[in-house]
Amino acid sequence: MPPVREQPRDLAALIACPRCDALHLAEPLGPNERAACARCGTLLVTPRTRSFLHVVALAFTAMILMVAAVFFPFLRISAQGLSHDSSVFSAAMTFADGILAPLSLAVLLTIVGLPVLRFAALIYTLWPLANGRPAWPHAAQAFRVAERLQPWSMAEIFVIGTAVALVKVAGLASIGFGPAFWAFCVLIIVTALKNAFMSKWTIWDAIDAR
Amino acid sequence: MGRDRRALSAICTAHDAGLTGCTSCGRVWPAGTLDCGRCGARLRPVDASSLQVVWAWLAAGVIFYIPANLYPMLRTSVLTGSSENTILGGVIELVSHGNLGVAAIVFIASIVIPIGKFLAIAYLALAVGTERRAGGHRHLILFEVVDFIGRWSMIDVFVVAILSALVQLGFVAAINPGPAAVSFALSVAFTMLAAQSFDPRLIWRGPPDDPDTSDDA
Repeated sequence: MPPVREQPRDLAALIACPRCDALHLAEPLGPNERAACARCGTLLVTPRTRSFLHVVALAFTAMILMVAAVFFPFLRISAQGLSHDSSVFSAAMTFADGILAPLSLAVLLTIVGLPVLRFAALIYTLWPLANGRPAWPHAAQAFRVAERLQPWSMAEIFVIGTAVALVKVAGLASIGFGPAFWAFCVLIIVTALKNAFMSKWTIWDAIDAR
Repeated sequence: MGRDRRALSAICTAHDAGLTGCTSCGRVWPAGTLDCGRCGARLRPVDASSLQVVWAWLAAGVIFYIPANLYPMLRTSVLTGSSENTILGGVIELVSHGNLGVAAIVFIASIVIPIGKFLAIAYLALAVGTERRAGGHRHLILFEVVDFIGRWSMIDVFVVAILSALVQLGFVAAINPGPAAVSFALSVAFTMLAAQSFDPRLIWRGPPDDPDTSDDA
């Protein structure tokens, strides 16, 4: 995508790099082309070939996995004849007593609430677009919410946190994995795939074209 | 003046062209437009006054990092008694038990990275006010590293949550969270907000009102 040297009339044909403000002329891309900023290399447009339907499918998958991850048993610890099951919900609720209570809410939001809200907003935005229909009302707001929430949805960090915690108790007791643990592991792969298939510019263009 | 600058610099920015780029969707609008007409996001002009917000969040992050280190992160009770561990205390205990690898990981994740983030954001906020466009790539990489690592610091809080939920074996062993978990989580969140309110587009601009900017580009 060529950097801009003279300002054209049609502002819709321009992309300003969100990282460095360099102006680019938006040109139609081929099936496997991607566009990066000429100055700082930030990815501007990724190919649309597999875009909308794939993202919708993956967001649905992620929602189903999240239900499994929350309600099935997560981990089981046993030592010296005693055992204790914990679910994702109980992990978040450990802070529920006293002054730590707000942290419980924050943990629950970052690992379950915000990811679910993000998936729902993406499905709402992309479902009509994937079917070739005009975007539903408030699709722009929904997609913007999904974008803003991205840094705050931390399901994948929670899974790595689980691994660290397991290393710490490994000498103390034996650990069993429940279905929720595997659901969470698949969930982070699905989420990563979904993020990789999404091209912000293409989606904004499609929402705009209604 | 603006026209000279455009002719001299290799790459024209939206700001140079008298436009404001939307940081959310990339669409450009004439300077002075308040909201993006496509995605509805508030348009942020490239303006060094946004750095005040960065400093405010950063100060909040640093302040909450202090109690995070003074109060215990974990309360562990086992058959032989109970103990309270601060972040640094936990590291020292791991070292004394000979778990150097795990101690190093905890030390880096809970002490080196948070302090490194504070320093990096402060450095970026200072540097964009004074430096010329030349330092751009180095600063952008620093910003992207800080921006990427920010959320991963939450891992400490999740480890505390999982340990406390899991290790509940009555009198044999029980782990409970300490107050430091909350201030650590807040410190991480405020540092994330500081990184998010930092406008990387400032990296590529010289001092905002410096008349020399047009000569050195």
